[in-house]
Amino acid sequence: MTEFTSDFWPWFIGIVSILSLAACFLFLVWVGRGRPPQQVETLDHGWDGDLRELNNPLPGWWRWLFYGSLVFAVAYLVLYPGLGFFPGTRGWSQEEQYRAEVEQAEGRYGPLFERFAAMDIPTLARDAEARKVGERLFLTYCTACHGSDAGGAIGYPNLRDEEWQWGGTPEAIVESITNGRVGVMAAWQEALGDDGVREVAQYVLSFSGRATREDLLAAGKEKYEMACFTCHKNDGKGNQALGSLNHTDDIWRWGGSEQAVETSIAKGRRGVMPAHGQFLGSAKVHLLAAYVYGLSKQP
Amino acid sequence: MASGNSHEKVEKNVGLLAVLILLAISVGGLVQIVPLWYMRSLTEPVEGLKPYGALELAGRDIYLRESCMACHSQLVRPFRAETERYGHYSVAGEFVYDRPFQFGSRRTGPDLARIGGRYSDEWHREHLLNPRDLVPESIMPAYPWLERNAADDGTIQQRLRALRTLGHPYSDEEIAAAPAALEGRTEMDALIAYLQTLGTAIKAQR
Ligand code: HEC
Ligand code: HEC
Ligand code: HEC
Repeated sequence: MTEFTSDFWPWFIGIVSILSLAACFLFLVWVGRGRPPQQVETLDHGWDGDLRELNNPLPGWWRWLFYGSLVFAVAYLVLYPGLGFFPGTRGWSQEEQYRAEVEQAEGRYGPLFERFAAMDIPTLARDAEARKVGERLFLTYCTACHGSDAGGAIGYPNLRDEEWQWGGTPEAIVESITNGRVGVMAAWQEALGDDGVREVAQYVLSFSGRATREDLLAAGKEKYEMACFTCHKNDGKGNQALGSLNHTDDIWRWGGSEQAVETSIAKGRRGVMPAHGQFLGSAKVHLLAAYVYGLSKQP
Repeated sequence: MASGNSHEKVEKNVGLLAVLILLAISVGGLVQIVPLWYMRSLTEPVEGLKPYGALELAGRDIYLRESCMACHSQLVRPFRAETERYGHYSVAGEFVYDRPFQFGSRRTGPDLARIGGRYSDEWHREHLLNPRDLVPESIMPAYPWLERNAADDGTIQQRLRALRTLGHPYSDEEIAAAPAALEGRTEMDALIAYLQTLGTAIKAQR
């Protein structure tokens, strides 16, 4: 009885329960003893002239219902833990019931997951059944950020397209899901000033042919190749090892309007993909990675 | 009738009636409530559980004030369908520093008992500012004022001290440092800090 701080309590629970059941039983016997009188008495009060209260005993069926509930209580306390000191003959516990449920499910889905685990991710991505399971998993765990269609949102990557911030190989995707990713770019407002930010933003937009102020590009290029190339590279294609985004494909994580790009540069950006490995376990990560891998390969 | 008119005595004597009623209902309480105060799994924190820090506590009070419990439970029940989605089922020892606990009974939105660490701070901020920016289908209300209000309303030390009298192990230093922990932080920061601690004491996945 380690559940309680003292051995007194299990016995206390059991004995008070048994005593109260016994007391109920005796009370019922006492109320029901003797036969009902031929002539029903009335209590000595009346209302409205002729409304009287009869003093009938409890009807028999009602009393038997009470007895029935006592029988139920006794049976229950014999089978299930309720008496404190007695765990019940069925040995039931909430944890045990949960474990049995999990075990049963594992027996059912275990072989399926084993089959999936043995397949590599590109193969798995073409397996219709695996895609179905993967989709369910994605809808359960990932949609709050990546959207129910995996199309992303401002700040959250679209997983359907061909642009990969951290890499689109099966290994990179597994790594993204298992250990998470943190992409950080510091704010450049202070170092570049308003004009500098505008110039460099024009230069960033020019990679995808969207610059509107050709006159700023030269200054922008100079600053970019000084401040930004370490992460984004001089060609603007970025570096998947750092998760710095590609500027040349006109796909924008944080919005592609002039203003949004300037804000990205001035204020910096930070994207966090939480680690899911410990929470999901490797079998589910494997399936999810295959699902995500398959998304961008879909027509 | 065998028992005669003995019930009349009870009915006409309010004092006696009260005593008998008390006796009858106290049996249930004696068996079902009193022993719980002496049950280890209900009174001792699970390993690694710490009382809420000043910022988290302020956040918790905002959670209460905004009645997030009206739509969110904080209790993962021991069913596989729930542990698959949310993680390990909740155990009583995780809630010893929750006064009052926020189990709730309604799930208009998902359970939040293990929300800690599942999403980023940035996600929570955007989501609380306008849930539909992130989850277009969401019916959760927006809470823009959290970003505008300061977390410190000047009562944090009193609240910590009150909890200490109830047995939450706050040290004098922690209480002294509390206002500094709230300095410059918004209600949004506090609420997010609180959400990020939820359910993190138990690391096992299921
Ligand atoms: C320390 C490495 C680093 C440096 C230096 C850096 N960036 Fe970044 N940049 C990043 C990362 C990482 C991201 C992605 C942030 C995220 O995870 O969302 C990013 C994102 C961006 C974005 C948003 C892209 C989009 O798709 O919305 C722009 C624009 C940008 N950077 C421009 C610049 C410019 C201009 C400079 C130089 C002034 C610069 N960056 C310097 C790492 C860097
Ligand atoms: C809290 C929100 C959040 C959740 C939940 C989340 N993600 Fe992410 N995910 C992100 C963010 C933000 C990024 C980008 C990280 C960065 O900016 O560095 C990302 C990046 C990724 C990437 C890398 C994409 C690339 O272009 O390299 C993959 C793959 C991914 N997530 C898959 C998943 C899967 C699968 C799940 C569900 C198990 C999931 N994510 C759940 C926010 C989330
Ligand atoms: C009217 C009901 C309602 C109220 C009140 C409400 N929520 Fe929600 N919440 C929802 C619904 C519905 C969702 C699911 C859709 C979504 O993610 O927005 C949700 C989702 C969430 C999530 C994401 C959970 C997950 O697992 O994806 C968090 C965190 C959250 N709410 C926190 C809060 C907090 C904190 C409050 C109080 C300030 C609050 N909610 C008040 C209905 C509500």
